[in-house]
Amino acid sequence: MITAVQKPFGEIYSMVQGVPRLLVLGCGTCVTVCMAGGEKEAGILASALRLANREKGVSMEVETDTIERQCDREFFDPVREKVEKADAVLSMACGVGVQFCSEVFAGKRVLPALNTRFYGTTEQQGVWAERCAGCGNCVLDRFGGVCPVARCSKSLLNGPCGGSQNGMCEVDPKNLQCGWQLIYDRLKLLGLLHLLEENQPARDWSTGRDGGPGKIVREDMVLDS
Amino acid sequence: MKAESNLEKVLAAGHFAVTAELGPPKSAEVEVIAAKAGYLKGKVDAVNITDNQTAIVRMSSIAAGVLARQAGVEPVIQITCRDRNRIAIQSDVLGAYALGVRNILCLTGDHQSFGNHRGAKNVFDLDSIQLIDALKGMRDGKIFLCGEEIRNSKTSPVVEPKIFIGAAANPFGDPFEFRVIRLAKKIKAGADFIQTQCIYDMERFEEWMRQVRERGLHKQVKILAGLTPLKSVGMAKYMRDSVAGLSVPDYYIRRLEGVKDKAAEGIKICVEQIKRLREIEGVAGIHLMAIEWEKMVPQIVEEAGLLPRPVLN
Repeated sequence: MITAVQKPFGEIYSMVQGVPRLLVLGCGTCVTVCMAGGEKEAGILASALRLANREKGVSMEVETDTIERQCDREFFDPVREKVEKADAVLSMACGVGVQFCSEVFAGKRVLPALNTRFYGTTEQQGVWAERCAGCGNCVLDRFGGVCPVARCSKSLLNGPCGGSQNGMCEVDPKNLQCGWQLIYDRLKLLGLLHLLEENQPARDWSTGRDGGPGKIVREDMVLDS
Repeated sequence: MKAESNLEKVLAAGHFAVTAELGPPKSAEVEVIAAKAGYLKGKVDAVNITDNQTAIVRMSSIAAGVLARQAGVEPVIQITCRDRNRIAIQSDVLGAYALGVRNILCLTGDHQSFGNHRGAKNVFDLDSIQLIDALKGMRDGKIFLCGEEIRNSKTSPVVEPKIFIGAAANPFGDPFEFRVIRLAKKIKAGADFIQTQCIYDMERFEEWMRQVRERGLHKQVKILAGLTPLKSVGMAKYMRDSVAGLSVPDYYIRRLEGVKDKAAEGIKICVEQIKRLREIEGVAGIHLMAIEWEKMVPQIVEEAGLLPRPVLN
């Protein structure tokens, strides 16, 4: 999933100043799973905004709703009327949802309530961690299913740097596991340590962000207009 | 001969090589380089010029290296993968060669989170092994990483940078079993010489060297054992506790604690280490990293019986 965390309340609150009618719009997919921008969080944020307004004597109408996904056009239909009525939408989706919402409602101001972080997994209740960097050329077959691009702090492809100590990465020795220790351990478990003896050549990063903003066009799927 | 650098000649002739380190200033103070080079001139075979080590901004390693060369010491330019992509690195290699640089040490580079610009974006387009491969391709294949020949135009001559290629090895990092594999990969990529992380835990280093010999790697590459003389008890404890990939045995700390003149004892320990390292099969020389203590290098080299340095043509 795409993970995110809520921005500090102060930052959100100053962002929405001067908006008479605000729609707090939650998203029912990834950010619901990582407990940052789902229906529940939208409700709590709306309440917090109302409370702050009351305390400060600010006049602002705060409405809330949540849709299944903010990254697909058809899901916006049920909230079209509420969006039209509002002066701004405070989107609780990831950066994709925020942008797409403002594309769907061109002319409507859409503000981000979250900081989008990474493609990750729920490691345990309340802990999310990165697994994929979306580099566009998957190499997991060579590294025992542990990604060096996403999980090594330096995206090294030929083994750990000197900063791997007791299984931890020198960038944050208390909290961050060394991706290369994980690769080593996994390949050892799989009996595939010989894979590590191969020199990995310089890679072509153009399949990812370095090739410019990504776009996928499936000719077989595109409808003729 | 691949690059005809002094370091290459000394190693090829079978001499026990001595290199040192020169950290460029955190300013444009040119005099610092001449002063440090002055201590080292004639006392070592080549001097590493660090590349923004620990991610702290310093004078460019190539510029400082050229200044050091003018001051009479042969530079080993360090290049890290942190700050430059393959375009900038290959460009810098051409430029460094044009300015007389003949030795380059290929490093991954310390993460920017250690330095004084922690919000910087890192590059790591290449890793250190791919960087070695790139330099070897430029020198031996006479091509850039993209495969194009190193020539100014179709009718121009091929003029490739002839570089003696160095790499680092850390016998103290984890996973320990991977450390020799990584060395083998660096040799396969084209490393001519290796400088190790500074050694205090001699037993672990000897175990690593045993693994190196088991694979016959010491016959394929020249290994220079890294040493950093300890200046004080505080420094020893800092190295032990705060530097990733380093272990300082307690007996060295006790030795320093037991004497009045800590610096003299630190030098004594370093000289003893050199004598012990010279006995280890496969160790081709030493690399002295006297951090902001360059002036002590002549004394260490002298007391270790490594003077005068060979003069080769």
